[in-house]
Amino acid sequence: MPKVTIDGHTIEVPEGTTILNAARMIGGEIVPPAMCYYSKLKTSGGYCRTCIVEVSKGSEKDPRPMPKPVASCRTTVMDGMEVKNLTSPALLEARAGVVEFLLINHPLDCPICDQAGECHLQDLGYEHGKAKTRYEFPRRTFEKIDIGNYIKLHMTRCILCYRCVKVAEQLTDGRVHGVINRGEVSEISTYIQNAIKNDFSGNMIDVCPVGALTDKTFRFKSRVWFTKPVDAHRDCKKCSGKVRLWEKGEEVLRVTARKDTYGEVVDWICNDCRFEKKKIGDWIIEGPAKIDRHSVISANHYESLNQLKLAVARQRNKGGKKPALGEGALNPNNI
Amino acid sequence: MGKKLLLEHDHVPGINSYSVYREKGGYASVEKALKTMTPESLVEEVKKSGLRGRGGAGFPTGLKWSFLAKPPGVERYLVCNADESEPGTFKDRYLMERIPHLLVEGMITSSFALGAKSSYIYIRGEYFYVAKILEKAIEEAYANGWLGKNILGTDFSHDCYVQIGAGAYICGEETALLESLEGKRGNPRIKPPFPAVAGLWGCPTVVNNVETIAAVVPIVNQGGEAYAQIGIGKSTGTKLISASGHINKPGVYELELGLPVEEFIYSEAYCGGIRGGRKLKAVVAGGSSVPILPAELILKTAKGEPRLMSYESLGDGGFITGTMLGSGGFIVMDDTTSIVKNLYTFSRFYHHESCGQCSPCREGTGWMEKILHKILDGHGTLADVDLLWDIQSKIEGKTICPLGEAAAWPVAAAIRHFRSEFEDYVKNPGNIQDVKHYYRLNNLQPA
Repeated sequence: MPKVTIDGHTIEVPEGTTILNAARMIGGEIVPPAMCYYSKLKTSGGYCRTCIVEVSKGSEKDPRPMPKPVASCRTTVMDGMEVKNLTSPALLEARAGVVEFLLINHPLDCPICDQAGECHLQDLGYEHGKAKTRYEFPRRTFEKIDIGNYIKLHMTRCILCYRCVKVAEQLTDGRVHGVINRGEVSEISTYIQNAIKNDFSGNMIDVCPVGALTDKTFRFKSRVWFTKPVDAHRDCKKCSGKVRLWEKGEEVLRVTARKDTYGEVVDWICNDCRFEKKKIGDWIIEGPAKIDRHSVISANHYESLNQLKLAVARQRNKGGKKPALGEGALNPNNI
Repeated sequence: MGKKLLLEHDHVPGINSYSVYREKGGYASVEKALKTMTPESLVEEVKKSGLRGRGGAGFPTGLKWSFLAKPPGVERYLVCNADESEPGTFKDRYLMERIPHLLVEGMITSSFALGAKSSYIYIRGEYFYVAKILEKAIEEAYANGWLGKNILGTDFSHDCYVQIGAGAYICGEETALLESLEGKRGNPRIKPPFPAVAGLWGCPTVVNNVETIAAVVPIVNQGGEAYAQIGIGKSTGTKLISASGHINKPGVYELELGLPVEEFIYSEAYCGGIRGGRKLKAVVAGGSSVPILPAELILKTAKGEPRLMSYESLGDGGFITGTMLGSGGFIVMDDTTSIVKNLYTFSRFYHHESCGQCSPCREGTGWMEKILHKILDGHGTLADVDLLWDIQSKIEGKTICPLGEAAAWPVAAAIRHFRSEFEDYVKNPGNIQDVKHYYRLNNLQPA
């Protein structure tokens, strides 16, 4: 089994593992961000270029460094490979460049975007972006279109990750949408505004890293951080029935698939579960869901709320002042 | 005039027809290869010849052929890249239009070396009339037993097809070409796997430029060693150069690699000097994507040696003081040329032709074009020039295919060598509103 060293952490991985997956096996901060790669979708990845890493040593056999940064999601590890991610300032600069490219035409409509709070581009923007843009030209815009009864496509926000195209190709029979046009004006579209009708189309919403594909039954209902994630299941003939409910008070505002640390769906769910079962009585509740992601949304689960209370209590016991807002777990969203 | 191998019979009337071509010794390489050589010895011969890819990258052809995977029971393909779209390059069109049988002959001989039962000539959409010429040539080849079943009574059978593209620059990138040939959207594939392992329909495939395949014919006829004698150093053989711009005699020239650039520009046998005896300003030596060089650096290297038309000499000094032979699109500019305007034209092209698959190229090419447009309009600032430099450095090397680099290099080179001109545009916006701004800025008379 090949051994690979990423930012000084060495790990042995099965033959054919990509650098990104090897990094995920190590875990922690060194995992490169990925906007288009999706481990559950074949042939995904390679497009967004945010996961680029520097290969400072090719392999034990051929120790030459690779001349250019490589897409870690599509490059398999070789025995003895040495990879630099956070330890290479030049690479971080290059990645910041990619993030800038993704942002120059992205609308800054986070305040009214349903994805805000769980948006991967927003996270990347916080991490690598600058406060001010250097792009001074009009941003490209598209008309919003309805693709079917449940999904709204807002192409202006799309970063062309191709994930939804791959969902349609690999999860459903008969893909009716894809990428049309070329270059800067390429867009995701259906053939002459065809409706996407199949039982699993809703998964396109879950894989979308930004707010380009949104759930029409949830649009503008609530900010995601005001809803409580709860794991639940039901007996479904079409899918596993294992979902995550997003509740506000007694109401189920939204149903999504369960997602892992990297924001990837664990089990695909069907449209019935996602769009039609919006009563608490439809579901068997398992308990609060823990969201372990470096994002605004992570700040809103019961656990961190408890931590906040504990922190406040600790401070009081010490006789100190109430801690200032915005410090670590003390996020204003929790109060 | 130097030695000619490909365009030797270019002047013969009717050379585009089978009978005249055959009379002049055409299809001899097929006879020689099929009757006296094995595929392995043919690949060996091409390796010995030192032939390098004529499409732009200059990768050794024999080596590329030897990388071709040969799993038993799997078809192998030869694909000819005739999607000649690099601005400034028009040599393949000339060759196919004038001597179509040379390409067909090269396809058969090369396919024999690779063990390919079928081959495809992928030609760009704008060359639809050339496709007709090629189809006629292929028809004639079938009629005379050079294509089809059991060629020359041997057990080698071969079919050759022409496929017309839809006129996209990106389809000249080999994996995008293969996607397009398979009937899909022409987006470059992510490598690895390389086409030599999984190319057309997942089968091992070799993609070669028109000129490379044509050059196999003289290599087989004369032998690899004799071919390697022509040229200079590791740049062996002859190269077709598409000369254009402010020269007296634009056109396609075949020259022996190693010819001094100065001779090529000023000699009567080639470009015949700059129009109206004007001063040479800059040259783009190998198609629009290679770095532009100012007159002093194109005639002489930074070390002071005369610059030669060869892969090594043009590449001398890296991208700081050198450039690339590329596809041989030789664009000459005299002192009336505005480099900024020229760069804008190039950038507009790359913006238009970006496939949109990966972020740096999709977003960056458009951004660079917009900034250049702003500078040309007289609204630029010095910060814009620095921004352009920064954007190109963030595209280069971060993309799936070389289009990103092709878009970034011209911007980098123009700013590197002609920064003062960009600054002129920024500092004297009043002059720029006029179409003849450049002449006024430099006290020149319009040509």
